[in-house]
Amino acid sequence: MSDKNVNSFRNSPDEDGHFGIFGGRYVAETLMPLILEVEKTYRAAKNDPAFKKEFNELLKEYVGRPNPLYYAKRLTEHLGGAKIYFKREELNHTGAHKINNCVGQILLARRMGKTRIIAETGAGQHGVATATVCALFGMPCVIYMGAKDIERQKPNVFRMRLLGAEVIPVITGSESLKDSMNEAMRDWVGNVEDTFYIIGTVAGPHPYPELVRDFQCVIGNEAREQILEKEGRLPDSLVACVGGGSNAIGLFHPFLDDDVEMYAIEAAGHGVNTDKHAASLSGGMPGILHGNRTYLLMDDDGQIQEAHSISAGLDYPGIGPEHSHLHEIGRVKYVPIGDTEALAAFQLCSKLEGIIPALECAHAIAYICKLAPDLPKDHVMIMGLSGRGDKDIFTVAEALGEDI
Amino acid sequence: MGVSRINARFKKLNLEGRSGLVTFTTAGDPDYNTALKILKGLPGAGADIIELGMPFSDPMADGLAIQEASIRALNGNMTLKKTLKMVRSFRKNDQDTPIVLMGYYNPIYIYGVQNFIGDALAAGIDGMIVVDLPPEEDKELAIPANDAGMAMIHLATPTTDQNRLKKILKNGSGFLYYVTIAGVTGTAKPDLKPVKAALDNFKEISQIPMAVGFGIKSPEDAAQFATFADAVVVGSAIVDIIKNNLNQENVANSDLEAKVLSFVSKLANGVQNARKKHGVPL
Ligand SMILES: Cc1ncc(COP(=O)(O)O)c(C=O)c1O
Repeated sequence: MSDKNVNSFRNSPDEDGHFGIFGGRYVAETLMPLILEVEKTYRAAKNDPAFKKEFNELLKEYVGRPNPLYYAKRLTEHLGGAKIYFKREELNHTGAHKINNCVGQILLARRMGKTRIIAETGAGQHGVATATVCALFGMPCVIYMGAKDIERQKPNVFRMRLLGAEVIPVITGSESLKDSMNEAMRDWVGNVEDTFYIIGTVAGPHPYPELVRDFQCVIGNEAREQILEKEGRLPDSLVACVGGGSNAIGLFHPFLDDDVEMYAIEAAGHGVNTDKHAASLSGGMPGILHGNRTYLLMDDDGQIQEAHSISAGLDYPGIGPEHSHLHEIGRVKYVPIGDTEALAAFQLCSKLEGIIPALECAHAIAYICKLAPDLPKDHVMIMGLSGRGDKDIFTVAEALGEDI
Repeated sequence: MGVSRINARFKKLNLEGRSGLVTFTTAGDPDYNTALKILKGLPGAGADIIELGMPFSDPMADGLAIQEASIRALNGNMTLKKTLKMVRSFRKNDQDTPIVLMGYYNPIYIYGVQNFIGDALAAGIDGMIVVDLPPEEDKELAIPANDAGMAMIHLATPTTDQNRLKKILKNGSGFLYYVTIAGVTGTAKPDLKPVKAALDNFKEISQIPMAVGFGIKSPEDAAQFATFADAVVVGSAIVDIIKNNLNQENVANSDLEAKVLSFVSKLANGVQNARKKHGVPL
């Protein structure tokens, strides 16, 4: 299938930002003119070779791309089935995929003449990546972070401050990622003149889910070239973790029209049948939050519920609208993996491959441990290793009952 | 009744040659019974139109005062169904004061749009302000609401130009709510001049009544805006009085309702006499 195929899975969103029934622009009127301007600027930038060139150069020289597609030989042998490759996003500058998107968005901000940057963060990875590009471009940066997350991600908080960002604790609501996003929106409503909001995942009002996806597609585009070089063919399957879903869509999107299976792993916390999980597709229903229609965790009065995951980066009661769409049409399989399995996979990957993965993508590794053994040895599988786990060692130590 | 009750109210205000007072309180804040008593007392205290907040877990366009009001109401197990019940109870004794709901889309979406419009009209609700539904999403709620005779009050802001206003007014009804500042509820007092200039500009292309709100906190402020606006909205300042009259367990003090209504009377006084005091309407 080609990109021009009308049946392509890669044509969304439509011009109002809809992926099927999901997406859209559900924001306060004050923000609308600005959001329309972001869209206009993005359309122009997308067609501007100079923008592309600057983006690609920064990815190469500053982020360190392309990163390797690494054959995880010991994990493959250990599981005894599918041949497993890791797309090494954890080797990027700042240690996760988040920086790809931040580089793109700060170029947009500058193009719009904005002089101040705000962002939300959960694990702190997006906050660190945003603070990093703000330092690089000499722009003041304000990061909203839930008080609860500040407590469990202290090293990243200090990193952001070192980079010159102001980290504002969010003490409203559940004090985690969704509330940080609310607070960032409130800031933006009050500072439309000079401020650009760098959203950290494929969520928010149109055009954010589209532009964040496009910036993250570098993951899948590189992986595609690399696997063709190594295996002489496309992979049989892709696996990635989903919080909002930016690393997953970045890996998947370039393969959506190919005969490739896709598995996206949601955080099941203590289990999707408990009230402590973050699996919005497995345990939620469609609703409206943060500018778009998507699957959300909520009660039957439409009040949004707190999510739970051992991984702060997956601890969000929603998911990007394109994922809700891909779920409903069945193109991608969404699978829940809980805290305990993720913790085990975190340790396994560290010991077998010498790579300490982020707790987020440890969820994807845990699923591979279930999936790979039953697959034939010529099944080629690529997993998005979205980040490194140094930030998580305190959380893991605590979960394992160890004092460090 | 729906939009016609709102239209009738603006006609009356027009005949009296004065601006109207719109009060905002959150349904269920600080608890169902106290909120209902306040609601029932508002027309007598001088509220011309009642804006009733639908509590939501994630009030993205609200400042701290109204966020906390939502949390207090939700902690008391307030729901959208109970908000309708509250209005039904109010309507037993008042057929003239328009009630407009204000809040966010998700609870309405989950209730079911058509069911909600029907139940809300039957309960005696006349209009809705849904903060996260810009005109780009009018087909979600504004169009079906208008079709059923329920007013869909749209917002205009300092970022709105005449072109955008046309788009906003296409499916806007009841009145236009002009947000005086680019910001969330409960922030600083807006300057008078740019607000008046914006309304003058809007009046060139529309005859719809125009209310102003956000940051208007005292009877004196309200009076100033009432010299030129068709209605003046006061929210956070009223909600602050609720907050300041709770005991340590967030239970209402016995004189909470009286204090709220006495403040509303002062606001009403300011609004009602504004044009007399300041002479000719500006
Ligand atoms: C390493 C890592 N992976 C994944 C995620 C989840 O985000 P997304 O689903 O947008 O990729 C995060 C978020 O903080 C992260 O830090």
